[in-house]
Amino acid sequence: MSRHRDSRWIYAGSIALALVLSLVPLPVSMGPLKPFWLGIVVIYWALEAPERMGLGRAFLLGIAGDLLTGGLLGEQSLRLVAIAFIVLRLRSRMRFFPMPQQALAVAALLMNDRLLLLMLRAFAGEAHAGWTWWVSPLVGMLAWPWLFLGLDLLRSRLRPREA
Amino acid sequence: MPGPVPDTAPLFAEPSHGTLHLVAYLALAGVVMVADHRGHYLEGVRQAAARLTGPLYSVIGAPARLADAARAAVTDRSELAHENAGMREQLLFAQARLARLSAVQDQNTRLRELLAARTRLGLKAQLAELMEVDLDPFRHRILLDGGAEDGIRSGQAVMDARGVMGQIIEVQPSRSVLILITDPGHAIPVRVVRTGLRTIAYGTGELGTLRLPHIPFSADIRPGDALVSSGLGGNFPAGLPVGLVRQVEPDDSATFVRALATPYAGMARSGEVLVLHDERELLRAPGYPDTPMSGPPEAMPLPAVSADGALEDAAPPVPATAPQ
Repeated sequence: MSRHRDSRWIYAGSIALALVLSLVPLPVSMGPLKPFWLGIVVIYWALEAPERMGLGRAFLLGIAGDLLTGGLLGEQSLRLVAIAFIVLRLRSRMRFFPMPQQALAVAALLMNDRLLLLMLRAFAGEAHAGWTWWVSPLVGMLAWPWLFLGLDLLRSRLRPREA
Repeated sequence: MPGPVPDTAPLFAEPSHGTLHLVAYLALAGVVMVADHRGHYLEGVRQAAARLTGPLYSVIGAPARLADAARAAVTDRSELAHENAGMREQLLFAQARLARLSAVQDQNTRLRELLAARTRLGLKAQLAELMEVDLDPFRHRILLDGGAEDGIRSGQAVMDARGVMGQIIEVQPSRSVLILITDPGHAIPVRVVRTGLRTIAYGTGELGTLRLPHIPFSADIRPGDALVSSGLGGNFPAGLPVGLVRQVEPDDSATFVRALATPYAGMARSGEVLVLHDERELLRAPGYPDTPMSGPPEAMPLPAVSADGALEDAAPPVPATAPQ
């Protein structure tokens, strides 16, 4: 079943890339623009291949992300589980949204995630960062179509070759 | 897994994302967070993970290092010569200043001997490199290339050529995490050089700004005042340059004054920094908690040992017990 293995590579590769992208340094002024790459990848796989992105996977992925960024352990887990749950619930609708609408839905998901993170940080007693806090979901929205089409293209490329 | 597995949605009943699962996972995440935040029970997990994440950090930092190397390779010769000349000049200035300072230091030790004061504890520093890895843009934390194996300990102060940058909050075998004084969760006890006023400078989350809230109206503080670390709290040696007061204004309650300051240190993410080895560390009571953030600095009544004047002459040490 090399087809399956190939698409598994895409799965693993997309996650690895998201982890790396979340660490890649940007110029200081552009730091707040960095989208929540892990969240976006979780949205994609929960949408396209839910058998691969259950709540458990999302949780583990979050732990990996937290260990990597040295943040509070469990923080990204909670965020990713919340994202995965919402996507899996709305999946049947979201899959058939036209692209702009889907991008908007992604922005809403990421915005919700920002709100959740703000609550978590407030519990930990950290100050609020100001308006730049809310910019990253918009960048995520802009990145979504490219990521979606790119990964879809990669996966469909592999299909006929192996058929 | 044999058999054709469809890439797209299975039509059968969707497994394992019922509300019960959600609640269970959220609860688990909550427990993990509390265990990590409150109890630091998960240090073992972090240490184990550090073995895996370490190489990854190096890989991620590689492009930036490569870019630096490439820049050095293609930089114009004349530009290099220019840079070289500039550095020579700086070195000359620094040496001149050092010569003067060593004289002052000699004098200082002699005076201290006269006063029969306890021997001043020296300040040793170690060079460490910052790694080009962005941990979280909203938290000012930087990865340092150097960890427990290099003798770095949690709580050590870190500075660059101009002033205090922050302190070490987490140590792994070969890496450590530096929290900048501008991190929203950081506070550093400071002293106004001109008046000796002691207060606390909090990070704001903006790279160029420190906040000094709750200063009484009667206190004498104004823009242009230099701030040095006061040495209270014991994490930062006294007398290190911290920042310059930029703005003073009444706060929202109009009962206190609030000052904003610009840190001296360049809060850049690349380059090299000095990790200070404070020998007081050895004398510290074993029960002293190493948590660097928060906590009133007065909680630890350490003797206000004046720091090594040799680090910066802009900050004449004014010991708390100064005569007259």
